[in-house]
Amino acid sequence: MAKKEKIPRQAMPEQNPDVRRKNFTEVPFGYTPELAQIEASRCLFCKKPKCIDGCPVNIDIPAFIRLIKDGDFIGAAHKLKEENALPAICGRVCPQEEQCEIVCVTGIKTEPVAIGRLERFAADYEREHGEIVIPEMEPPTGKSVGIVGCGPAGLTVAGELAKLGHSVTIYEALHQPGGVLMYGIPEFRLPKAIVESEVDYVKQLGVQIIYNAVIGRYMTIDELMEDHDSVFLGTGAGLPYFMNIPGENFNGVYSANEYLTRSNLMRAYRFPEYDTPIIESKKVAVLGGGNVAMDAARTALRLGADEVTVVYRRSRKEMPARDEEIHHAEEEGINFQLLTNPTELLGDEEGWVTGMRCIRMELGAPDSSGRRRPIPIEGSEYIIEVDTVVVSIGNGANPLIPQTTPGLDTNKWGNILADAKTAVTSIPGVYAGGDIVIGAATVILAMGAGKIAAAAMHRYMMGIPEPVEEKEEEKEEVKEKK
Amino acid sequence: MNRIITKKILSQDVKEFVIESPRIATARHAGQFVIVRANDTGERIPLTIADANPEAGTITLIFQEVGKSTMLMGTFKEGDEFKDVVGPLGKPTHIEKFGTVVCMGGGIGVAPMHPISEAMKAAGNRVITIIGARSKDLLIMENRMKAASTELHISTDDGSYGVHGFVTDILQSLIDKGEKIDLAVAIGPVPMMGAVCKLTKKYDLPTVVSLNPIMVDGTGMCGACRVTVAGKTQFVCVDGPEFDGHQVDFVELVKRQRAYLPQERISREAFQHHEGCCSEK
Ligand SMILES: Cc1cc2nc3c(=O)[nH]c(=O)nc-3n(C[C@H](O)[C@H](O)[C@H](O)COP(=O)(O)OP(=O)(O)OC[C@H]3O[C@@H](n4cnc5c(N)ncnc54)[C@H](O)[C@@H]3O)c2cc1C
Ligand code: SF4
Ligand code: FES
Repeated sequence: MAKKEKIPRQAMPEQNPDVRRKNFTEVPFGYTPELAQIEASRCLFCKKPKCIDGCPVNIDIPAFIRLIKDGDFIGAAHKLKEENALPAICGRVCPQEEQCEIVCVTGIKTEPVAIGRLERFAADYEREHGEIVIPEMEPPTGKSVGIVGCGPAGLTVAGELAKLGHSVTIYEALHQPGGVLMYGIPEFRLPKAIVESEVDYVKQLGVQIIYNAVIGRYMTIDELMEDHDSVFLGTGAGLPYFMNIPGENFNGVYSANEYLTRSNLMRAYRFPEYDTPIIESKKVAVLGGGNVAMDAARTALRLGADEVTVVYRRSRKEMPARDEEIHHAEEEGINFQLLTNPTELLGDEEGWVTGMRCIRMELGAPDSSGRRRPIPIEGSEYIIEVDTVVVSIGNGANPLIPQTTPGLDTNKWGNILADAKTAVTSIPGVYAGGDIVIGAATVILAMGAGKIAAAAMHRYMMGIPEPVEEKEEEKEEVKEKK
Repeated sequence: MNRIITKKILSQDVKEFVIESPRIATARHAGQFVIVRANDTGERIPLTIADANPEAGTITLIFQEVGKSTMLMGTFKEGDEFKDVVGPLGKPTHIEKFGTVVCMGGGIGVAPMHPISEAMKAAGNRVITIIGARSKDLLIMENRMKAASTELHISTDDGSYGVHGFVTDILQSLIDKGEKIDLAVAIGPVPMMGAVCKLTKKYDLPTVVSLNPIMVDGTGMCGACRVTVAGKTQFVCVDGPEFDGHQVDFVELVKRQRAYLPQERISREAFQHHEGCCSEK
């Protein structure tokens, strides 16, 4: 025991900040097998592992870590995939520091086991060694499922239900799969080849994907229900908020969604090889303090901007972005203007943004979110020069499906109402989960919702009654049977 | 899927494609559009659906070659396939029996006007259609517009055909003649729609315009297509494409349409150079 505690948490080798700020290649290189085994040996393999409770999809964390420790890297990947169909993605983008790692017992005395890095290592190892195997599938049930949206929520439902023998079709509005994983999160943080290969895995389970299908227009939910026995809505939080300040429609002002979609999905960073253009910027301001803002700022830098500033109205402590992302952004030379709020965008005759009027803020009493409310300091206004502004203050629910689906209930923000235990909506047979239900959140929460929905959809289609007992007991039983 | 069944050349740089797209052919309504991507490296381009044939499972797209993407599409032959065709997008035109409707299409804007004239007529309206172009050889769809309307008027800027002048000149003379108009619809270049709205505003004549900003996704996810209508930001791809013409900020729209001119030039020149040196087709 005492010997184990001496091994420090293993760092992951990564590109030098001065080099990487000019390229779109992934920042960390990942663990080598040696590093992974050293890190795995830090795990105490607890009898009652706290980490599993912290994981929204209940991965058997000590089990996969033990397999890594024993050198069975492929086995570790298979163990992960029992509960999580997209481990190479989750290993990269999950906020482990507030889920499994924050409760890891080694974290009490030293630092928690690097669960996320190990997850990433095992999944990458499996992919790079071409040993992706298809799990055992249940015999065909003759039931058919329609899924709207090919983001993490939709992909999870698809994978789960395909394994149970249902025939699954995903309808995706865009021309590529992955949702935010493809259009939002940049290449340097989540290489698109990895998204493609995880999607391929789901396709190998027999899932069919129809692209360019904007449900609500191309087909309605009613029409989908005619073709399928149940339907899942995983359409994400795809409606960008703007600040509602004067000047927001000047050229050079983007939503983060547009900026990132141009660069990621449309590959504008490789213009003119790819046809979609993106503005060449010198001085960029990114408004907001979340992961999306960090992604936009770091993308701007890589697109060649001289100076990139993140403008956020609260202090560093309140920034919702992951620490790791803020840290990476700082290393790369992104500026932060905290406790600052833009009040107006200024432009020239031709309609191009040239500057931004800002006001300094101070923190007052906590608001409903528990964070201290920023209050403008009178007379503190000043102007900063910019030629590009990326508004990255959040996303709401896209209204297209609720608008075209009578009887589908939403809350006042337009999120679809779905039962917490079964994910069923106000329409029988129609289920929903992910960002469209809970608002912009995380990949793993979308996947967790997808698993709940898949289980309920399976029961609904097969005529299995909803369980009445505690879920925990059920699980024990299932495990024993195995 | 997305195969080109027939290709026609309507005028010097205006092409018409009939494309296999069964689902869109049945789902679409007048006023809606699609987004197409020519190939794997292509950008997403919005094009209004000019016509559809649900039985044959086809839609008709008409476009003008202005930049690299449309020029590339112009080289496509019958049997070729578009990489992606997404739609139908946008809200359908509000069709009802208004009485007398004047439908004005300028230049390439005649194509998206076609289904609207047709639907307005089918709803029992008296449809007076005015189509205009810079000159006779640039005028498109004359016969089809005649069939879709109760009455057809034509103008050319240079007087080579029809009335010498603009569509607004014909509209003015209809008003002067005492024609009682219940609704005006205008689609075309922004200056044309702006001129129509300026005129109809004087007579308090309700006017609908269909806007064509730069778009990316076409599903309301990015905001590239935003315009100011009645002082409020709207997303054309989901809130439009049709709006009350008297409330649209056309000045802003023109500026926003010009946002990528330098990049468009780079793309176009590279394409023309490439076509010039290597294409033997
Ligand atoms: C830039 C950015 C960075 C992020 N970084 C992280 C991170 O580091 N870690 C993390 O955990 N989370 C992160 N998130 C959040 C995370 O990506 C989302 O919470 C997650 O993707 C939600 O999954 P989803 O399946 O609900 O929706 P989405 O991923 O949004 O997928 C929805 C899909 O549905 C499609 N769709 C929408 N409407 C229709 C329709 N009418 N018909 C057909 N298809 C439709 C969309 O095109 C899309 O493909 C980030 C988000 C962004 C924008
Ligand atoms: S809590 Fe930490 S030490 Fe315990 S099993 Fe989980 S990862 Fe290992
Ligand atoms: S084109 Fe993206 S929101 Fe309209």
